[in-house]
Amino acid sequence: MTKNIMIVGVGGQGTLLASRILGNTVINEGYDVKVSEVHGMSQRGGSVVTYVKYGDAVYSPIIDRGEADIILAFEQLEAMRALPYLKKGGKMIANNQKINPMPVIIGAAEYPENILDKIAKEVDLTAVDALSLAEQAGNFKAVNVVLIGVMAKSTDIPYENWIETIKTTVPPKFLDVNLKAFDLGYNL
Amino acid sequence: MKKLLLGNAAVARGAYEAGVRVVSSYPGTPSTEITEEIAASYPEVYCEWAPNEKVAGEVAIGAAIGGARAMSCMKHVGLNVMADPVFTMSYIGANAGLVFCVADDPGMHSSQNEQDSRHYAEAAKITMLEPSDSAECKQFTKIAYELSEEYDTPVFLRLSTRVSHSQSMVELEDREERELLPYEKNIGKYVMMPGNAKKQHIVVEERQARLAEYANTSPLNRVEDNGAKIGVISSGITYMYAKEALGDKADYLKLGMVYPLPEKLIKDFAAKHDKVYVIEELDPFIENFCRAAGVDVIGKEIFTLLGEYTPTMIKEAVLGEKAPDYCELAENIPMRPPVLCAGCPHRGTFYVLKKLGLVVAGDIGCYTLGAVAPLASVDTTICMGASVSAAHGMAKARGKDFNKKLVSVIGDSTFMHSGITGLVDIVYNKGANTVIILDNSITGMTGHQDNPTTGYTIRKEPTKQVNLITLCKSVGVERVVVADPFDLKNFEQVVKAELEADEPSVIIAQRPCALLKTVKYTGHCKIGEDCRKCKLCMKLGCPAISEDGAGGVKIDVTQCNGCGLCVNVCPFGCIKKED
Ligand SMILES: Cc1ncc(C[n+]2csc(CCOP(=O)(O)OP(=O)(O)O)c2C)c(N)n1
Repeated sequence: MTKNIMIVGVGGQGTLLASRILGNTVINEGYDVKVSEVHGMSQRGGSVVTYVKYGDAVYSPIIDRGEADIILAFEQLEAMRALPYLKKGGKMIANNQKINPMPVIIGAAEYPENILDKIAKEVDLTAVDALSLAEQAGNFKAVNVVLIGVMAKSTDIPYENWIETIKTTVPPKFLDVNLKAFDLGYNL
Repeated sequence: MKKLLLGNAAVARGAYEAGVRVVSSYPGTPSTEITEEIAASYPEVYCEWAPNEKVAGEVAIGAAIGGARAMSCMKHVGLNVMADPVFTMSYIGANAGLVFCVADDPGMHSSQNEQDSRHYAEAAKITMLEPSDSAECKQFTKIAYELSEEYDTPVFLRLSTRVSHSQSMVELEDREERELLPYEKNIGKYVMMPGNAKKQHIVVEERQARLAEYANTSPLNRVEDNGAKIGVISSGITYMYAKEALGDKADYLKLGMVYPLPEKLIKDFAAKHDKVYVIEELDPFIENFCRAAGVDVIGKEIFTLLGEYTPTMIKEAVLGEKAPDYCELAENIPMRPPVLCAGCPHRGTFYVLKKLGLVVAGDIGCYTLGAVAPLASVDTTICMGASVSAAHGMAKARGKDFNKKLVSVIGDSTFMHSGITGLVDIVYNKGANTVIILDNSITGMTGHQDNPTTGYTIRKEPTKQVNLITLCKSVGVERVVVADPFDLKNFEQVVKAELEADEPSVIIAQRPCALLKTVKYTGHCKIGEDCRKCKLCMKLGCPAISEDGAGGVKIDVTQCNGCGLCVNVCPFGCIKKED
């Protein structure tokens, strides 16, 4: 069986690094892995989606509606947008941060209210105040690693293996902050 | 050793292992990381960013004629720019291995059209390989070099967004160090004038016939026999989708070589199956070939010509199986289109152009996002360079008064790519256009590549820097002004003055990209208590500024980088910078 994990957020939030940490961790567990990333245009503040799939043999790198075991959402509206991709019985982990998209900023659309409450009524949801935890770790940009920490807890991959990949994926300058951020998420 | 590699990084690795010596490219999503990876990881390989794809391709061509294995990489529309030398290079051959990597973008994640580059292979009579994952990216790159030398032909490697930008496992091998092949003068082969080209055309047709024969037995094309009644012919990423969707309910003819196609292999495969599906994104390229060969296949009558495919879609179309259930909130979800970043220098330019109500002939780069509301300033976007030349055409069509309300906007990289020739046309043909070069000191959209105006090479070695002022002056533009787009008052005055002039003028809007490491904005901006709620700052379309729900405006500190443009725009001085 392949395990399908989807990471969604807003360009600039560091979803790419999160998917790389995840990809490199599962690889060390001996799985076949595919990680599908987004580069280019949508990185400029648009919705970004990356897929991580692992198992004995993975063919397609993309995840379709109703197929994700876990969705890791970096932002509320993006959590809502990604919800249809969650499998029946799947798990959503969502950062409670809100980032207004341009149509909302200019008043052409409204940011939906109480998104996370509504999602929680439908599926298994863990809501996280990742921004505060990242600030607590020393840098609000570490939101991505906090969220990876939360997700790591719901996989059966041992703690040390995650730490090992973070050490090799994150620039040394930011290692301490990121290790702290991971722990805060993991021990939530 | 096995490693998780991006498709593009695997192509780079393949080039390295194949002993490639020269790589010249122009960036373009989703192809860019091939060349970046070579620059970063393989110092043995000479590599460069060229000003455009035509130049890049010709550099690779020269290197191959000179006896070195060479590569050039581009996005699908880049191949349009490079097409001229490519068609003739098909006649010349290769000498040392020559591979052109071209990355299509089904679904248009980052492109202005959805063209299918396989048509170029057929039109130029150049063999094309298409990998399905990172392992094949590396392997096919190496095979491409062998075929190129064995058959004396350039070879295309066709990629697509999902292959280029997915990571999967790759087994690394050592580099094969290769001597330069000899360079020998050979006018009949290397000088394409009619007499020689007529002879070479015969060589091309013979070569293609041999390659078409090779396709039938090549290990690049393989049959996967599951004893099924359904047969699927597919290649590239769609093969992976089909495989996931249909598993062993189908047999597969997996094509690694998409031009020339293996007629005999296809006929034999079809004969063994009740139903044969051709599953391919974009155009019915393989399908049309099958039909012309008299093979009855099912293709675009059930599959779309548009966008990307998915395994679910294939499952539904072929097996009639329903897609899995899913949960959706019954509510409108606002779109989140890409926007100019907080701190983007282009924002100041578009704010002024919008305020002045000008017609803006746009171009391709981050500044294409000047077409997004609320700035919604850009009128046209066609292809790289067209802002300058198309504005010239508009001015010639509609006359002097129209031209006084018309500007072109073009980035520094795009200006070097193909804007300068349009400017020459304006000067030469007595135009009086106003061209604004948006000089943000980098190639922004594709992820920060150096270009001839930045003063650095791809490997960050300092080099001569093209001076945009002297360049524009030297082609005959006498009015060249440099202005900071964040100094809104002055910028507005400059634009007005240049529009009034009855001669060509160039405004260089100079301020570096806010994402550059050298740019150090600090702190963030804050709306003061004394805010008069005029909401002029909202007109900037800054992602950090939004309504506070109480009739006023707020700034999100996680989005704001303290660039200060809103401070400049507030007529009452109510926005202040804080540390
Ligand atoms: C022929 C062609 N080649 C490459 C591209 C990919 N591409 C889109 S924008 C761009 C560069 C834009 O850089 P610049 O003009 O400096 O503007 P910036 O994004 O920095 O504002 C490139 C290479 C393209 N669209 N067309």
